[in-house]
Amino acid sequence: MSARSLVSEGFDSLKLAMDYAVSLRSAVVLLGRFPALSGADISVERGEIVVVRGANGAGKTTLLRLCAGLVALYAGEGEVLGYDLREAGSAAKDWRSRVGFLGHETRLYGDLTAKENVEFALALSGRAALSARAQRGGGLRGGGQRGRELRHSTATGSPSVAASALERLELPERLHHERVSRLSAGQQRRVALACVSVRHPELWLLDEPHASLDADGRECVDDVIAEAAAAGAAVIVVTHEQGKVFDNLRTATLAGGRFMEALP
Amino acid sequence: MIAPLRAVALIAGKDLRIELRSRVVFNHVLPFAVLVLILFGFALDADSDALSSFAPGLFWVAVLLAALLAIGRSFALERADGALDSFRLANISPVAVFAGKALAVFVQLLVLEVVLGIGIVVFYGASLEKPGLLVVAGVLAAAGIASAGTLYGVVASQLAVRETILPLLLLPVLAPVLIGATRAFGDAFGTVAVNGWSWLGLLGAFALVYTTFGALVFGPLLEEG
Repeated sequence: MSARSLVSEGFDSLKLAMDYAVSLRSAVVLLGRFPALSGADISVERGEIVVVRGANGAGKTTLLRLCAGLVALYAGEGEVLGYDLREAGSAAKDWRSRVGFLGHETRLYGDLTAKENVEFALALSGRAALSARAQRGGGLRGGGQRGRELRHSTATGSPSVAASALERLELPERLHHERVSRLSAGQQRRVALACVSVRHPELWLLDEPHASLDADGRECVDDVIAEAAAAGAAVIVVTHEQGKVFDNLRTATLAGGRFMEALP
Repeated sequence: MIAPLRAVALIAGKDLRIELRSRVVFNHVLPFAVLVLILFGFALDADSDALSSFAPGLFWVAVLLAALLAIGRSFALERADGALDSFRLANISPVAVFAGKALAVFVQLLVLEVVLGIGIVVFYGASLEKPGLLVVAGVLAAAGIASAGTLYGVVASQLAVRETILPLLLLPVLAPVLIGATRAFGDAFGTVAVNGWSWLGLLGAFALVYTTFGALVFGPLLEEG
């Protein structure tokens, strides 16, 4: 192999890592002794939405958990947000804080209110402190009702950020202070997506985001997904839904732990 | 990524807020522990001399049984809807998760000890002679139980038989706490002729070892989940 081709190959690898939020090549994941993913290839660019379909047990959720760093890559290669999935150790998992993952489980606390759940997610992400510092630093020094509201909100743990996220997901304001265990499944789904959105992840991993939602809820979630992609985030949506929003998106079908066809 | 101490406060605060709101500790764990004290009274035929002399041991058996419920509950909160993954996704230090969960259990155990302490005075007629020893022993024992309980709680929470395996894993491990705390309380209540202060070393060492060990291995255990 010539020096030029070596350099070219190196640049190709670098380009791959820089352009793609997710790049998996022949990825294998074992759950116990059985391969849940067996040679999956997929790449997702920043700002792109990719839809993944497949029958139950095809490996869709495992694919998302791999991209979230919640299960280990057994064989093959993979990078997520520039990090090599083969790297071991907690330091190599810093990128997980840049991933938003909505799974089958909502990861909500039933005895906390909708708003408290979102505030907790926001506080864990460290974004509450960041936004507070940013607002103290400038931009909010002026008077006015809005400035006062924002200063108050950051001093009390960014409730307005949480409230805004819940409003964006069209959860009625009267339900913001309701315990999550008293909300319907669809309302809980909206709260869970609000918990993801307040972290402003660079990679959204959404497992059946429309589950339990009515038509308005589905449309609202589709809008939030589209906004995230427009803002530069990569989105992988696992869904069985057939809708206008997904008609023109890249779609991949998983079966038996590998993709049936190459993505267009 | 947030500072570890901030994460500890957030996690402990969240757990305590949930407990205050759900009132599981107040409405279920505390009545259970008091009921255990009363049943011991029936078992010993309400013999006031026997009850008074066995009060420290009965107190700590009741605390350990009630602690199992509190620890199981602490991890049920996280496992019920996959919430434990939130800490991994937020890249929260496993040491902070361990410390936050243990701190919340520690606070609940202190409340439990206060209520049961009143219980053995009222039901068993125990009289306090060394309150300082009682407080220090109670705090050290609670720290040890909370640390070991949080460590074995996360192990048990990953198993299908979590409800039944936790007592089997945890109770043998807590035997040194039961022995040391019973001796110290025995001296504090004047029921045994021992130097209770000398047992504080065992309680302190247990708390230190399990806090250190828990902080070290909690990360891999969390990732296994």
